[in-house]
Amino acid sequence: MNIVVCVKYVPDAQADRGFDESDLTTNRESVDGLLSELDEYAVEEALKIAEAGEGEVTVVTIGPDKAADAVKKALQMGADKGVHISDEAIRGSDAFATSLLLAKAIEKIGAPDLVITGMASTDGTMGVVPAMLAERLGLPQVTFASELTVDGDGVTIRRDGDTASETIIAKLPALVSVTDQINEPRYPSFKGIMAAKKKPVETWSLADLGVDAGAVGAAGAYTKVLSVTKRPPREQGQIVTDEGDGGSKLADFLASRKFI
Amino acid sequence: MTAVPPALDLAGLDDLFTADELAIRDSVRELCRRRIDPYVADWFERGEVDDIRGLARELGSLGLLGMHLQGYGCAGTSCVDYGLACLELEASDSGVRSLVSVQGSLAMYAIWRFGSEEHKQHWLPQMAAGEAIGCFGLTEPDHGSDPGSMRTRARRDGADWVLTGRKMWITNGSIADVAVVWAQTDEGIRGFVVPTSTDGFSAPLIKHKLSLRASVTSELVLDEVRLPADAMLPEVRGLKGPLSCLSEARYGIVWGSLGAARSSLASALTYSIEREQFGKPIAGFQLTQQKLAEMYLEYSKGLLLAVHLGRRKDAGTVTPEQISLGKLNNIRAALEICRTARTILGANGISLEFPVIRHMNNLESVLTYEGTVEMHTLVIGQALTGLPAFR
Ligand SMILES: Cc1cc2nc3c(=O)[nH]c(=O)nc-3n(C[C@H](O)[C@H](O)[C@H](O)COP(=O)(O)OP(=O)(O)OC[C@H]3O[C@@H](n4cnc5c(N)ncnc54)[C@H](O)[C@@H]3O)c2cc1C
Repeated sequence: MNIVVCVKYVPDAQADRGFDESDLTTNRESVDGLLSELDEYAVEEALKIAEAGEGEVTVVTIGPDKAADAVKKALQMGADKGVHISDEAIRGSDAFATSLLLAKAIEKIGAPDLVITGMASTDGTMGVVPAMLAERLGLPQVTFASELTVDGDGVTIRRDGDTASETIIAKLPALVSVTDQINEPRYPSFKGIMAAKKKPVETWSLADLGVDAGAVGAAGAYTKVLSVTKRPPREQGQIVTDEGDGGSKLADFLASRKFI
Repeated sequence: MTAVPPALDLAGLDDLFTADELAIRDSVRELCRRRIDPYVADWFERGEVDDIRGLARELGSLGLLGMHLQGYGCAGTSCVDYGLACLELEASDSGVRSLVSVQGSLAMYAIWRFGSEEHKQHWLPQMAAGEAIGCFGLTEPDHGSDPGSMRTRARRDGADWVLTGRKMWITNGSIADVAVVWAQTDEGIRGFVVPTSTDGFSAPLIKHKLSLRASVTSELVLDEVRLPADAMLPEVRGLKGPLSCLSEARYGIVWGSLGAARSSLASALTYSIEREQFGKPIAGFQLTQQKLAEMYLEYSKGLLLAVHLGRRKDAGTVTPEQISLGKLNNIRAALEICRTARTILGANGISLEFPVIRHMNNLESVLTYEGTVEMHTLVIGQALTGLPAFR
């Protein structure tokens, strides 16, 4: 079973994140970055499947030089090899271009049995790349899995909704996106950290993928960030004193914020 | 994953480490966050570590046990990696760091360095995995700082060895599968690999401790323990055997003690910013800031010394006297930091709801074991003057 996991290098959510003033893209240079936490679940799931049988796990990322760290972390966790797509022209790409590049890279890696992604990135949090990618690759899109089993030539997932859980089956090859409920990602063991130094990582440019610079980057984007506004400062909390009607006051508050 | 407030690297000392060293640190930090931090205050309060064998296996599967030894299932990391790991473990609790130090630097190291090939093949892989736990018996009820006068004896009986005596204050003793025991013989002090299931061996728990409560400390009773000829560690004779193991473990303490200090400093810093008296955060008073600044200075200097000794150890140039400098300085500095942190927390400083008094009490043991402050002072004094003042 050959598995490709798509991972993203994102600014550390603990740090002070912001946008680049010139073109309103996410600032990735001045902030420490890391493998998106939501993608760790995808890596973990792939490793579990590969370890249960025969298989090879390849991780793919798109991003600037520092994004190699995301690939490295996945290799330290146990993935076998990595691909890093990096090209100046990619800066400012939207989900549409991202899915194009990932699709081209996955085709170049060779038809995998399974593509696994996280459910969204922790910076953009759009969550549309998995669906777009499945469409481009012509694979069944099996999204938001909180449980995944691979048996024979198919996958079965559980997708938890607000009111019901669905069981979805699909034939391999398929693309599955996983939620943060699916597993507890491992942290790299010392042997993993040392072994990762010797694992192969290839860096591919647009030319390597046969993609035209005009199809990606800000020029090729279908979406554009027009403005950004700083998050308003946190408001003072509201203290509800229970005078016998605490419950209904609480319910009123939640209803006013459309939580219930 | 930034468990440490960024302010705690004011001096930018993280620059001293490579990406892979920081990856090792992150993994240890993550293990502590998941497996130790939520429980350790309770273990300390009860004086008992839940599922300590399970914990040992998890420490083993990360690669922490005997991590800086090569081969036999050990991870084979650098000494700086090992130091960083000790620091993170001890930021959780000195007791857990003690478990790892004794296993890796005392019991496994003794076998790895002085054992026969059979000893190594048999014990090291299972000890690295945390399947087997080891202890190291040097101190006796009547002989601590002066182990050369130990009374435990090993006598020949035919080809066999028969061990008799008592060891005291032995970390991991009651849970150990194997004990490395040092004893007098007709040919000087020798080390023995003693499976704890051997007849005549027992290891009662030492109770009533107010320090290192999340660590097993025991007495070893050796009552005519009969061992085959090959139980002896063949490659060393004399006090330099146990002393070179202690040098390994002391090196870990140079780093580890700073972990307890960092955790206490972080607690005090957060607390002082949140706690208001006289209408403002206590962190805003000059007297508090002086304490915080002093603590941070001592912590940073200690870390610089640790990194320096670590790089020397990796280069194979560190001397025992240099490790004495590190142990003496860093344990004293760390204990002082914990005590100062305790004052900043006021009454909360004596509560186990905060880690500070636990660290402070733990460090009282760390101050004494692996050579007391006085012993390391005498080591340095001798190195400076050429005049031994031990007796
Ligand atoms: C929690 C814990 C765990 C331990 N784990 C282990 C273990 O796993 N294995 C092991 O073998 N040991 C272990 N020890 C024992 C430890 O190494 C000894 O306690 C230590 O070496 C000191 O010995 P002592 O307690 O007998 O003190 P003593 O040697 O009796 O010293 C008492 C005091 O006298 C001072 N003193 C002694 N001689 C001189 C001198 N010449 N000049 C000036 N001052 C002097 C000492 O510095 C000290 O202040 C542990 C101890 C503790 C507390």
